[in-house]
Amino acid sequence: MSEQITVTVNGDTVSARPAANTLLSTFLREELGLTGAHVGCDTSQCGACVVLVDGKSVKSCTMLAHQAAGTNVTTIEGLAGDGGELHPMQEAFRDNHGLQCGFCTPGMVLSAVDLVSRNPDPSEGEVRSWLEGNICRCTGYHNIVKSIRAAAKVMRA
Amino acid sequence: MYDFNYHRPASATDAAAARKAAADGVYLAGGMTLLPTLKQRLARNSDVVDLAAAGLAGIGRDGGTITIGAMSTHDSVATSSEVQSAIPALAALAGGIGDPQVRNRGTIGGSIANADPAADYPAAVLGLNATVHTDRRDIKAGDFFTGMFETALDDGELITKVTFPVPAAAAYAKFANLASRYAIVGVMAAKTGDGIRVAVTGAAGNAFRATAMEQALAGDFSAAALDGISVDADYNSDIHASAEYRRHLVGVMAKRAVGEIA
Amino acid sequence: MNANTTTTSGIGGSVRRREDSRFLQGRGRYTDDINIAGQAYAVFVRSPHAHARINGIDTAAATAAEGVVAVFTAEHTKDIGGVPTGWQVHSKDGEPMAEPKHPVLAEGMARHVGDPVAMVIAATRRQARDAAELVAVDYDPQPAVVDMKAALAADSTKVHADLPGNLCYDWELGDKAAVDEAFAGAAHVTKLDLVNNRLIPNAVEPRCAIGDFDSVSGEHTLYTTSQNPHVIRLLMGAFVLSIPEHKLRVVAPDVGGGFGSKIFHYAEEALVTWAAAQVKKPVKWTAERSESFMSDAHGRDHVTHAELALDADGKFLALRCSTLANMGAYLSTFAPCIPTYLHGTLLAGQYVTPAIYCEVKAVFTNTVPVDAYRGAGRPEATFILERIVDQAAAETGVDPAELRRRNLIKPEQFPYQTPVALQYDTGNYEATLDQALKAADYAGFESRRKQSAAAGKLRGVGLSCYIEACGIAPSNVVGSLGARAGLYEAATIRVNPTGSVVVLTGSHAHGQGHETTFAQVVSDMLGIDYDAVEIVHGDTAKVPFGMGTYGSRSIAVGGAAIAKAVDKIIAKGKKIAAHLLEAGEGDIVFENGAFKVAGTDREKSFGDIALTAYVPHQYPLESLEPGLEETAFYDPANFTYPAGTYVCEVEVDPDTGRVTVASFHASDDFGNLINPMIVEGQVHGGLAQGIGQALLENCVYDADGQLLSGSYMDYCMPRADDLPSFQVDTTVTACTHNPLGVKGCGEAGAIGAPPALINAVVNALNGGGHPIAHLDMPATPQKVWAAMQSN
Repeated sequence: MSEQITVTVNGDTVSARPAANTLLSTFLREELGLTGAHVGCDTSQCGACVVLVDGKSVKSCTMLAHQAAGTNVTTIEGLAGDGGELHPMQEAFRDNHGLQCGFCTPGMVLSAVDLVSRNPDPSEGEVRSWLEGNICRCTGYHNIVKSIRAAAKVMRA
Repeated sequence: MYDFNYHRPASATDAAAARKAAADGVYLAGGMTLLPTLKQRLARNSDVVDLAAAGLAGIGRDGGTITIGAMSTHDSVATSSEVQSAIPALAALAGGIGDPQVRNRGTIGGSIANADPAADYPAAVLGLNATVHTDRRDIKAGDFFTGMFETALDDGELITKVTFPVPAAAAYAKFANLASRYAIVGVMAAKTGDGIRVAVTGAAGNAFRATAMEQALAGDFSAAALDGISVDADYNSDIHASAEYRRHLVGVMAKRAVGEIA
Repeated sequence: MNANTTTTSGIGGSVRRREDSRFLQGRGRYTDDINIAGQAYAVFVRSPHAHARINGIDTAAATAAEGVVAVFTAEHTKDIGGVPTGWQVHSKDGEPMAEPKHPVLAEGMARHVGDPVAMVIAATRRQARDAAELVAVDYDPQPAVVDMKAALAADSTKVHADLPGNLCYDWELGDKAAVDEAFAGAAHVTKLDLVNNRLIPNAVEPRCAIGDFDSVSGEHTLYTTSQNPHVIRLLMGAFVLSIPEHKLRVVAPDVGGGFGSKIFHYAEEALVTWAAAQVKKPVKWTAERSESFMSDAHGRDHVTHAELALDADGKFLALRCSTLANMGAYLSTFAPCIPTYLHGTLLAGQYVTPAIYCEVKAVFTNTVPVDAYRGAGRPEATFILERIVDQAAAETGVDPAELRRRNLIKPEQFPYQTPVALQYDTGNYEATLDQALKAADYAGFESRRKQSAAAGKLRGVGLSCYIEACGIAPSNVVGSLGARAGLYEAATIRVNPTGSVVVLTGSHAHGQGHETTFAQVVSDMLGIDYDAVEIVHGDTAKVPFGMGTYGSRSIAVGGAAIAKAVDKIIAKGKKIAAHLLEAGEGDIVFENGAFKVAGTDREKSFGDIALTAYVPHQYPLESLEPGLEETAFYDPANFTYPAGTYVCEVEVDPDTGRVTVASFHASDDFGNLINPMIVEGQVHGGLAQGIGQALLENCVYDADGQLLSGSYMDYCMPRADDLPSFQVDTTVTACTHNPLGVKGCGEAGAIGAPPALINAVVNALNGGGHPIAHLDMPATPQKVWAAMQSN
């Protein structure tokens, strides 16, 4: 039996004993039923699995569940407010058609939240550069970039 | 991933002990290379020793030296005000490694221990004449990278920190593989207390110094001084870049790095 | 259309998408998100060799491994049919194409890296993977053939033993004699050899399939990442597993992108469905990305020689093309029709070219099967035409825009019969050309070239005037050309007693936003609240029938079926209203959501009629059934023909060969737009894939058939920083033959963009003192640099 870990996931304290070789993405999807983090590649490049760990975006497919012990994990399911109101980043993606099939979207949104937390007013170039670790096959990124800059504006206000 | 035992020791000493006790152990730093390797079952280790709690992170300046703990993330180096003011080229290099999520997890110790021929840090270690400190000894940059994915580290030897003498000036220019975003060629050029140094990554099996360029720059530190210098090396060749193209890019990137300083 | 067209939620409004609420909160339900109690997991053992005889497979160790439920090889799947092909092409000599069996598991021979050899099922994914490593396959590697020209040689390695020369078919289209005659009298002939690079679709969601079997009812269920669940049910049920439709349910829930790669019926879908009944457990398989690279159908991969004949005034006289098209190791579902009926027929483009002849040899090689990928045949045709037109312009010293303009089909020439079978119904190509040139400031290019030169960069401009045939397709036409299915679409409108509406559509959505767009159409036509309309798709147990989503057909065919069903609802509603209002049926008009007696103020609301239909107390029961639900099948009268002009500017770094896209302007004519926001999004995505093909993406095999670009480390996916912001706009000529006047927009960007890019790169190099006629895609830094060194 593996050691017990305690992780705060979307504000809830979770104690579990995942096998040592359990990825954080697998832990979230299969043990906690949080299927919003998607797995789109096996080389840590697509970014569909991005979650926030202690506020920083990470690829949950490239982190062991045990490495998350003691951290605060936010998945896409935990981004909206308690009353269900969308986070400004979610709202901006909706309003600017920043998603199509939705598969890369959770990672894209959480990556963008990390960006705006560091850089409240990113230029188009800064947004594009930041998104290096998030692949979208549907949108051509045009509306994603637009969404993130629109959200940043709301979040600055 | 195959099964393994997971350890999270609270000190470097405990980490080394856990590694030593394991049948076939491996240190886990940021995991940006190790975890994909394990995930794809390209490696099988009995024990994974996570260094996250071993007290190896942290960045500081002591006079003319920047010290970076082995477990410092690329993001922490890129955003460190001390690194930014002392060696902006190093901060910029770290800020250009992988993608933001890699930078949030990947570490300097993990990167140089892995010695990927296309990684960025080897150019900095070699170009800035850094010293790699381990739990056993100090290794000069020039002695550290010994081959493709090969270093001077002995089995179980643990990198604890890397020290960078603050150069008078330095710049890093990288031509990235558009798919992987690793360096096809990256060149660090620096004016250091030890003279002009030009270090190349991505181009060959491991990072190397372009001594012909260093000599030319010693007399005339300008991009023009590099005209006509073709650096000999055992160049890599793959579907993205032939040896000939890499040789050419070494010249272009070196000029860009030098041009940024001069 | 009724008056609601001006409201924001009706036709023409950029309604924000209703599906986004779930996707933005992680509440989408993709196939891999589905877990069925007691499910087991499948892992496939795949050939590491491009071509290898399988002397034997020892599964004993795997079968004995912990958690293993079953290990299956071809020995167990003998009674399963091969993966079928949905289209039969005939060669010049009238012979049908070669159609070698595509077994679900390799039978004695593996024919490409990734060919499935065994299926391991275990209680957990990890156990299945562990056991898969224990399957011992005795391979006897054979020489592999990868290059198409080599494959056609009489002494080549045979991909299929009974097929010398590896030829699938040798097809032709057009009047060869007329073309030869035109060339004989031409003032100028431009010749070009082109490669249309092989691409890997790479929808970000990997394929996934879950089979389930209810032994009591005998019902099989397949959850799968598909663009067309009914087509999978038909193909898999009828040809592979012999399960009648009423015992087979196929569900394609939320699907994370398709781009063609999820049209096809894949062996894994059949195997999990079959295996679930064998092992009496649900069986789930999820592809890992590296598995996707070697098992999802690839796209493009054509090698073409093209010649264009012009008269002294620069008018096109004739075009001839000879193409080799790679089929890979087996025929994927629609593979044969891509280089033929979706390619040769498009070679007229937007131009009056009196004579066209095209011949295509389809070739088997030891590579992954090749099939439709966004655009499918039409990008290949457009690339040939728009490259050779540009080259002709360069050779004759005419401005590329001017040469195109001289040859455009004029608005008054519609309907226009091309020499390659299609009849274009409508268009105004000069209008889109003018709009694009103006918006892109084509006239001001030289000053921007100088600015770039001052910064040490070579700037180029490139045009592309594309046409595509969408709205696939008239069933009788495609049937005569070899399609083994009809290509209509079906829709059911179910009006509930209290007036809300459920639309059951055969068009599957995997990013296109049908739940929004189709609701706009229905709410607009019925004059009811947009929120009162629910769209249901993706489940054969819910939706009566459907042919699915591909070829930009959803709005033009699926939307038309919905419109037709709505018309039936209105027609029945008029009968009910006539009875209630004691008026003649002919006097009832339907306006703004109400049935009115023309010329009076007497009316019944749509809700009143719905309620009456289900509570038929005052109702003409002797002549009319209760209820209000109508189904329509819409079979298009013709293809639709979206067209447009793209203008691209690039900058080349002469030191490194790196190309950056400085600007991209797209002017498209998609006919009427239902939701302009969604249409723009479709264009953006298509452009990214077109730019990706032109500059970044390339599937590379080595001579032994090993896939060198087998992960995102080596296959370059377009990232945000590879692309510019796009400028897009539209012109409108409404489609003449479907009820909504729509044409389809899903593939345009991927079709029109590649030649615009390459034209711009060639223009940049020529302007920078490096005279070249052509550069094959992708124009990677190394390739551009090498071209500059040798020119």
